Amino acid sequence: MTLPAFVGRRRAPDPLHGGAAREAAPAVPVGKISWRTRVKADRSLLIMVVPAVTLLVVFAYVAMLGNVIAWENYSPYTGFVHSPFVAWANFARVFSNPLFLDAVRNTLSITAFQLVFFFPIPIFLALLLNSVMSPHIRTVIQSVVYLPHFFSWVLVVTLFQQMLGGAGLVSQTLRHHGYAGFDLMTNPHAFLVLITMQSVWKDAGWGIIIFLAALGTVSPELYEAAAVDGANRWRRIWHITLPALRPVILLLLILRLGDSLTVGFEQLILQRGAVGPGVSEVIDTYVYYQGVVNGDWGYSAAAGLLKGVVSLALVMGANKVAHLFGEAGVYQKA
Amino acid sequence: MSGQVPEISLDAAVQPVEITPTRAGSQTGAPVRRRRRSKYRPVWEEEPTRLGASGKAVILTCVVLVVVFPLYTVLLTSVSTTAETTRAGGLVTVPGELTLNAYTQILSGGVVTRAVLVSVGITTVGTLLSIVVSVLAAYGLSRPGSFGHRPILFIFLITMFFGAGLIPTYLLVSSLGLIDSYWALILPGAVSAFNVLILRNFFMGIEPAVIDAARLDGAGDWRILAKIVMPMSRAAVAVVALFYGVGYWNAFFNAILYINDNAKWPLQLVLRSYVLQGVNLPSGGTSSVDVAHGAVTGLPLQMAVMVLAVVPILLVYPFVQRHFTKGVIFGAVKG
Repeated sequence: MTLPAFVGRRRAPDPLHGGAAREAAPAVPVGKISWRTRVKADRSLLIMVVPAVTLLVVFAYVAMLGNVIAWENYSPYTGFVHSPFVAWANFARVFSNPLFLDAVRNTLSITAFQLVFFFPIPIFLALLLNSVMSPHIRTVIQSVVYLPHFFSWVLVVTLFQQMLGGAGLVSQTLRHHGYAGFDLMTNPHAFLVLITMQSVWKDAGWGIIIFLAALGTVSPELYEAAAVDGANRWRRIWHITLPALRPVILLLLILRLGDSLTVGFEQLILQRGAVGPGVSEVIDTYVYYQGVVNGDWGYSAAAGLLKGVVSLALVMGANKVAHLFGEAGVYQKA
Repeated sequence: MSGQVPEISLDAAVQPVEITPTRAGSQTGAPVRRRRRSKYRPVWEEEPTRLGASGKAVILTCVVLVVVFPLYTVLLTSVSTTAETTRAGGLVTVPGELTLNAYTQILSGGVVTRAVLVSVGITTVGTLLSIVVSVLAAYGLSRPGSFGHRPILFIFLITMFFGAGLIPTYLLVSSLGLIDSYWALILPGAVSAFNVLILRNFFMGIEPAVIDAARLDGAGDWRILAKIVMPMSRAAVAVVALFYGVGYWNAFFNAILYINDNAKWPLQLVLRSYVLQGVNLPSGGTSSVDVAHGAVTGLPLQMAVMVLAVVPILLVYPFVQRHFTKGVIFGAVKG
């Protein structure tokens, strides 16, 4: 989630750097210098970019062309070129397949559930941490809660299994004291709660960073002035802190909505076996199983492409909404 | 209520911090309750209520425990004997009989040892490749007004908003003949546009006068990058290297996709199959297990594999963590 937020902020100062330098520097307008001269002058810079661009062109752009199989009855043996063209048949199958629609429903319900039960937690924790006076204690707590962000999903899911699974620590303790144990890992009814707990455990600490950064920009004088004017702790939070967080909260919220169709792929694919595809199948896992596992290449590529295009539209729509709210948004026209 | 607040703050401002009564003194019944004053709390801020302060402490302690406790039990179990886990009926929470046998067993050759080597190799080679390529690209795009930097930047940006998709990427990698090759775990994700932009952002923040001075002294772009920009950007490069390194170390799904040969599995896949899915380590996995001589089986071995998966992160994290709070991430977020 930090990713697009950063892009907007990053691109915003761009005209400042590039633009100012370009206007100030040359006595001869840029347009008058031939491009040959400019390439020659900047050849080291261009050479430096080559390796990264090559990797991106091969593994992002050439791969993007591979989406043509969404319109083909693709088979690895006949190849991209010779597989029969089937027009929109794959897309028609996607829309009429109840399993795909189930996957969409699961995806959206996970997004909605996490929006309500995950999203506010980093805000709350950031406010709490911000109110801790001692910088040492604050740093220690921050370092501890950021840490799980760097653990792999395999590790996180395994840890949860060891704690909350049928043979996990909690069940083990309950049984030891004569109660019945439980297995949260295989219970489809509790799956939404389980994966949200996992997401919170892994990433809430990381989310705090953004909110703490926003809180750090608030001038302490505002708080002092408010306190002197008789505003108590809660009123200072309500009238100073939350308004300062508003742009960040709004931005992240809009971004999350734009990213609705993407939910933790690795997290879900690890647990699909234990809990069953009924609740854990999301669009991404569906695409994987239909394509790589079942070999229905054209169909799964169509489903994946559909998701990609709708996601792009959602991000752009979300960005529009951000602009309407007067926020910087994810990206702007430079 | 609101009338009282300025009064308190004035009062506190007059009274020097050092001579405020101790907690014990405050409890002896002075009408104004005044407890230990934090030296970090500004004078105008009201003292926290006892309920508020203890509530905050409880919540934050719980948060820290929720993160630390599972790691503690896993670590403790990994250094416990099998008898100890049997007594506890599973994970060990109270230290008992300790042994490092789990580690000597899984690290003396076999599946886990090989997986550790594979993961270390991929992470090292991948991180080096990624960071070199990304630093070069970031610097190449960071000089204002250089030829073509806008369209090239666009090539990077597009990949952040529209990915090729799983199926086409898989077909590409397999048609490049990279199935069962370690390069399949490195090359497709070697460049992250996001990381390149973090670095570029940082490089653009370097005082242009410094770079101009070097250029006037006759340094070319390669020299400027190596001698001036890199030494000034250690923090940013360290954080981005951590991002890449953690990405390579933690990746497991790309290995499911591209590595069919079990012998080439990275550690995360071994963790998944032997711990999460509970498949028994093959006898070859723990070279010549001799239970009679204190060899451990079962849970301690599994937990030791988990610890191995965390150790590299715990080793690197403290050195890079301090850069998160000041510097790169903040700069990136604030812009």
